[in-house]
This record gives sequence, C-alpha cells and structure tokens, in this order.
Amino acid sequence: MSLMSKPTVAVKSVIIRFAGDSGDGMQLTGDRFTMDTASLGNDISTLPNFPAEIRAPQGTLPGVSSFQLHFADHHVRTAGDAPDVLVAMNPAALKANIKDIPRGATIIVDKDEFTTRNLTKVGYQTNPLEDGTLSSYKIHPVALTSMTVSALSELPLSRKEAERAKNMFALGLLSWMYHRPTDATEAFLKAKFAKKPDILEANLIAYRTGWNYGETSEDFATSYEVAPAHMPPGIYRNIGGNIALSYGLIAASQQSGLKLFLGSYPITPASDILHELSKHKKFGVITFQAEDEIAAVGSALGASYGGALGVTTTSGPGIALKSEMIGLGVMLELPLIIIDVQRGGPSTGLPTKTEQADLLQVMFGRNGESPAAVIAASTPSDCFTMAMEAVRIATTYRVPVFLLSDGYIANGSEPWMIPDVATLPKFDIDFAKSQENFLPYERNPETLARPWAIPGTAGIEHRIGGIEKQDKTGEINYEPANHDFMVRTRQAKIDGIEVPDIEVDDLTGDAKVLFLGWGSTYGPIASAVEELRNNGEKIAQAHLKYINPFPKNLGAVLEKYETVITPEMNLGQLAMLLRSKYLKDIVGYNMVRGLPFTTAELVEAAMGVLHND
Amino acid sequence: MTDVALTKKDFTSDQEVRWCPGCGDYSVLSTMQAFLPELGIPRENIVFISGIGCSSRFPYYLNTFGMHSIHGRAPAIASGLAISRPDLTVFVITGDGDALSIGGNHLIHALRRNVELKILLFNNRIYGLTKGQYSPASELGKITKSTPYGSLDTPFNPVSLAIGAEATFVARTIDSDRKHLTETLRQAAAHKGSALIEIYQNCPIFNDGAFDQVKDNETKEGSLLQMVHGQPIKSSTFGVIRDGAILKLVELNSVDESQLVVHDAHDPDPSYAFALSRLSGSDLEHTPIGTFRDVIRSGYSAMVNDQLASVITAQGAGDLEKLLHSGDTWVVN
Repeated sequence: MSLMSKPTVAVKSVIIRFAGDSGDGMQLTGDRFTMDTASLGNDISTLPNFPAEIRAPQGTLPGVSSFQLHFADHHVRTAGDAPDVLVAMNPAALKANIKDIPRGATIIVDKDEFTTRNLTKVGYQTNPLEDGTLSSYKIHPVALTSMTVSALSELPLSRKEAERAKNMFALGLLSWMYHRPTDATEAFLKAKFAKKPDILEANLIAYRTGWNYGETSEDFATSYEVAPAHMPPGIYRNIGGNIALSYGLIAASQQSGLKLFLGSYPITPASDILHELSKHKKFGVITFQAEDEIAAVGSALGASYGGALGVTTTSGPGIALKSEMIGLGVMLELPLIIIDVQRGGPSTGLPTKTEQADLLQVMFGRNGESPAAVIAASTPSDCFTMAMEAVRIATTYRVPVFLLSDGYIANGSEPWMIPDVATLPKFDIDFAKSQENFLPYERNPETLARPWAIPGTAGIEHRIGGIEKQDKTGEINYEPANHDFMVRTRQAKIDGIEVPDIEVDDLTGDAKVLFLGWGSTYGPIASAVEELRNNGEKIAQAHLKYINPFPKNLGAVLEKYETVITPEMNLGQLAMLLRSKYLKDIVGYNMVRGLPFTTAELVEAAMGVLHND
Repeated sequence: MTDVALTKKDFTSDQEVRWCPGCGDYSVLSTMQAFLPELGIPRENIVFISGIGCSSRFPYYLNTFGMHSIHGRAPAIASGLAISRPDLTVFVITGDGDALSIGGNHLIHALRRNVELKILLFNNRIYGLTKGQYSPASELGKITKSTPYGSLDTPFNPVSLAIGAEATFVARTIDSDRKHLTETLRQAAAHKGSALIEIYQNCPIFNDGAFDQVKDNETKEGSLLQMVHGQPIKSSTFGVIRDGAILKLVELNSVDESQLVVHDAHDPDPSYAFALSRLSGSDLEHTPIGTFRDVIRSGYSAMVNDQLASVITAQGAGDLEKLLHSGDTWVVN
C-alpha cells in the first residue's frame, strides 16, 4: 500500500473530527487513527465527545458521537478549535458539527446516508450535498456504506453486519490521506476479532478498501504529510487521563509496598479507572464494586485503617454522597485518596461533558471545620504524576486527599514519555510498632501526622471514632479548649503540607498580565499564550496543581502581576479562593458549556485585558 | 504477646461504661468480654466496628482494635477492612436504626456477599440516642415522640430481611440470657462467612419492657420456640409442624411430638429458615429463638484473595516497567 502515485503536500498540523451515530464506532475509529499517528512521532491531543445515552435514536442529533484529533510537527496542547477535516457518517453528524467547521475545510460524508428520510429526521428541507449550502467547503460525498457492503459481498455476513464495517472504510481512507501506517491497526483488529474470523475479515477488507479508494479515486487528488514533532528523546506511548491515573496508583502501590484497595461505584466519567484497575490483580490490586458511593469510600477507609492504600473514584454526584465518610477520614486522620473526575453539574447535569465546578465542593462540602488536601491534574499524562503525589501526601500526613481530574483529561489523550521506573519516588511507610502506653493521637512534630496504627500489631490496641478526641490519647473528649485545639491542629496539618512552588512562565520577565489556571484548562491556556506571544504580546502563564494548600510562593506571584486572568469552566471558584486568601482581584473568564475552552476565545479574552478593550 | 491464656479482664478497656443504668447493653458487653478469651485469638487481631447509636459505643469498652464510625456505615467500613485483611476477626456492632434504616443498604449487601463479618444487631425497637423516636423495628401503631398518633410504618423483621438478603448465618438471642447469648456467639464465630445475630435488647428509658413477653418468667417458656439443631422446635405450649409447604404453630397437646419439625439449621433452602422467621409477630407471643440458618458458602474475602493469588500464580507478579510499556510504544531519538 505504499505505492504513491498522487502528489503529496506537507502540512504542519491537522485537526480531524470523526462524527457519526453513537453506534457507528467513531470513538474506536478516532482511537486507532490516534495510535497510528502517535507512532509516526507527531505530537497529538485528542477530545472525544459523546452523548449521555448509550444508543440515542439512530440518525438523530442527540445520538451524534464525535472524536477530534489534533496532530502536528510541533508541540500541541489542545485538540484544536477548528477542524480541517470533518468526517460525517450521516446528516445528523453533519448538522451537529458544521457550525464548528471553518470555510475552506474538507468535509467527507457518507452520501448513502443522505436519504430523504434521514435528512427530514434532522430538519434538513433540502439535501445540503446538492443545494449549494456547502459550496464554500471542499466536500467529498463518498458512497461509504454501499462500497463497504459491496466489498464484503463474498463474506457470509448480513447486510447489517457488513454495514457495521464502514467506520474502517473511513479510517482506511483517512489513513491514506495522511500517510498513516496500517500495520498497527491491522494487528489491533486481528487481536480484537481473533474469535470472530468473518468480522475480522470484514474489517480488514473495509479498511484496505478505504485506503485503496483514496489511492485510486479521482475525488481525492492529494495526500498530506505531517513531519514528526521534535520531542525529547525517550520511549513514548499515547495515554488517556483515566489510564494514566490508574497506572499512577499502581506505581504508588508498588513504590510504597502498600496493597492498593479501590472501593468504587460506577459513574461516568470515572468508571474507566475501576475497569482498568480491575484488570491488574497480578499487582495485588483489590477492586471492590460497592453497593453505593458511600460504601465505596467507606470500604476504602476501612482498608486504609487496616494498612492498605485506600482509594475511591467518582464524579461530582458521588462526592456529594461520600461527604460524611470523608469527614470521618478527616477525624480518623488516616490516608485516603478520593478521585473526582468532574463532569457537568449540578445534580445529574451533563454526565459525559467536562466541567470544573466541584472545586468548592471538595474544599468545603463537609460539616464542621473539615480540611482536606486538594490537588488537580492538568493534562492526561499528568494524571500519573498527580496520582503519585496524592499518595505521597495522604501517606505522609495521614489525611484524605482529593485528586481532581475532569471529563476532558479523563477521556482525552496525549503522547507520554514513559518514565524510568528507577527514577520514580519511593514512599517509606512507617506503621506504628508494638509499644507500651501507646498514644494514637500523638503527632509527628514536623508533619503533625498521627501514627498509622494498624490492627494486628500487639500492644497498641486502641479505639478511634468520629467523636472529637482528646489530644494525644484519642479518647472521647468534649472539652471546649480541646476541641478548639484539635480543630486548629487538623487545619494546621493541611496548611503545612509540603508542595512545590508554582512555576511561572514569563519569557521576558516583564509581563504585566498573568494567565493563572488549574486543572484541564492548561492546554487551552498554554496554546493561547503561545499564540499571543507569536503576535508580539507579553503575557505570563502559571498553572496551579496544588490547591489546598496553595504553593507558598503563590501570594508573591499574584502580587507581581498587575492583572491575573483565571479561566475556569465554572463561575469563578478558584478566583473566589484566591481573592479571599490573597485579597487580590482576579479577572475571571468563565464558561460552563461542558466543553473545554478554545484557544481563540482565550486569546480574545487576554487581548481585551492587555489592551483594555 | 505471651502464651498465657487471656481472660475477660484482658478484653476490658479502661474506659468508663456510659450506658443508662439497667440498659441491656451491659449484659451483652459483659457476655462478649467473657466469651472472647474462648476464641483463642490475640486481642490485636480482633476489630470491633460500630455505627451510631447507644449500642455503637460498644467498641470503646473492649480492649481490642475498635472504630466507632458513622451512622449506618459500619458494614461498609468493615467490609473494606475484612477484604484487605483476611487475617483479622471483624465484628460489627449495630442497632435497629443503624442497621435497618440508615444503613439498610450496607447490611443487605454485606450479607449477600457473605463478607466474613460477625454482625451483632442490638434490637430495642426504638431510637434511644436521639431520645425516643420509633425505629424500623417498632411495632405498627407505636406511640413515640415522633408518632404521637401512632406509627403507620410496618416494621421489618430483621431475621426475615437477613434471610432474604442471602445471609448464610442468622440467629436470634436475648440480652439477658447469658448462656444462650454465649452459645449463639460461639456458633457465629465458628461460621466462615457473614453472621447476623439479632439481640433483643431492652431500653429501660424509651422502650422499657418491649421484650417482657419473652423475658418474664410467667410468659417466656410459653413464648420462646426453641430452635436447636436436631431437636423438635417448640415452646412449653406450642410446637411447629409442616402443613404442605408452610410451617404452622400448633398446641403441643394437639399433636404427637413425632409430628413436630426437627430443626435443621443447615437446610440449604432459605425458605425453611424464612418460614421459621415468619412465625413471630410484633407481639412476640411465639418467638423462635436460636439459630435459624447456618449454611456453608465461600466467604467473600476468601474468594477475593484466592482470585488475586490465582491470577498471580497464572501470570506471575506484576511488573511495573512492563505495565507502563504495554500497548503501542515508539521511540524518539
């Protein structure tokens, strides 16, 4: 398949969006194109977007699922604002996505699906392929379905089964257009359908037919090449946030010698962490699918009490249910990791969309003065690092730690330079030893951590609970002065957690405006900063990964800049924390659409501040 | 620890017991403290986990590991502990409000999974700690602070609930009957999976005399249907016979003793134990006492840990380096 007879054009970056019915296999198609692209050495960033319904009615707007991929010969930080190519498997996919597609872009559609019935279903009065409304695009109507079906006519498959392979035809065509290698996808299909030889054959034939169609059809005159990006030397893989987070937890378990116990209840978009960890029993990982969110965190706390690494994974509604148990964790002063993969809220909200509106919930959503550590991952691969950080903090200080992720980084992916295991941090765990006159609430003077005193250790039998405890002895105590002391001590313990200073990227050192973000806004902000600087603007960028406590140098950083802009996918939650702690005004840029920021809107927001528009 | 056998004193903590005078919890505590040495398990390997309520203060008074957790959640916390630490012996202490109302979900799921927990459900048919509201075990029509015109709630029968939740061991005993309580604890401790013991427990302040029918000398012999494995089920006046698929109460003098049902706690069919549990109503006039059901099914924590071990045997222990490099990788020079 390497014989190229058509002209090839070199381009620096490409954004492709695959869109179709939620049953059309667009996520799989996007994943495969991503893997084949990553292995060519391009930098990539991906963004899946799927409906909350598993199978919304076929061919309707609510049923459209899409996968966007940005790849380039240079560093990319987001999945891109405006696709260069849209692959639309039906009229609904075209209609749902056309507003995001800039004029001049390429649109490939399955013209077989543009029937009167399907057009009417989504409100097209006339066929957009024929009425001239798409004349400013490079439109390629391809008979995807019928060509796939006829290519598979020799196989003992029903028409429906044959049609199902059309996503592989589309993948083959795009792979030809962008010179993607085919071996890895063929190997993937062979593994996936090893037990279904007819389906395997169908997918392979459809894939190759799509490729050959690009090669031979006059409709596609040009193919494109994107040179590898300059990336630091190393071994890379593509990784999504939920997988990176799972690996980070396994790594922390290995590096600490603690048994990993996950108590979890299925919830979008966090369930993939449960799925992933349940595969890794050979690392001694116990996954417990509990009866509800409360039992999920309760079992994790029980496991921590017994000396395991207790972890629970959830999203916003689950945090709401777990709050009382997390408060018990604050009181018991045991290590506990709570992972919140945020989604649109409130209530059930937008389960499959991204948002950052749980920040104040994890900070304050418990009764009483109930401080917990809060950290946030900024990119998919950063989830690995931050999962290990969550374990460091939880085991060193014996506190509940919230690790915030969100739908964007959980499902998005990027290339990751695989770390050398020998360089990963090791965690020394010191359980309390057998001793006389054991005091369960006597603290380490540096960390203020109390002993991790696990059952099975003779001589240190003791009782703990949610009732206020006497300093040192841990016995029930209702005295006013003791309560005041214990409340302040628990707060002081969180305040004293060692976290790295926040780094500021200020190229010239004299920028007056700082872009300060947290969580998954890292990519869009970095992308906007790059564009602003290319346009000659002076702007600094800093990203918060530690929110409770804040880095020690944060006050000085805020002080240094005349204006601080904080984009958040909420109505200003970090801004509220910053204002109250540092008495510094923050210019918020807030959108809660369930989607990540575009680079363009952040550039515009910054320009408004830079030039006082 | 030394090899010297432990005594009741070894299991008694230095904390002052703070239940109301006359509370049934005292005798359960004392019986437990006296029973624990019999298990031959070192103190440090025993954990008591409780929820919230008067009885949930129990762990403070035992010199073992203990956790007084939050309302209704003890079985969830205890499950995490028991699964990750199969070497421990874990007791759950709960009450009728804690286990059947706010914590009902955790109770039924712990029982269905057969997590190796010994659950002591202190049933006083009232909310004591919050000062006298009706509980999910209170009888229909009960007048309490929150039901001045009488409760409209149909109560749970905790034993029926547990059997319906696939429990493998379910028993009922009474706070004041030390001997029976000890024997029930003994059987529960010997059971490999979840064990639920309902303990009729008198609250002298808010529901005094709730169990007089089965405690007073004049009425108890005639009310308590003794269930002893291998023995006919009967009280001093009534016995249990089979009538087709169901169990029925009959006056003893109306049948020959050979017609009475001989108790089989190991009957694999839960409908037998369930039928026994339905012989009693809120009035306690005919109350089966003893072990309803004691059948063998793999314990959850044992299965979890066996599965881990079998995967490691089949695939070898995990290698982090290999995991991180799994899937498609590429090299940048």
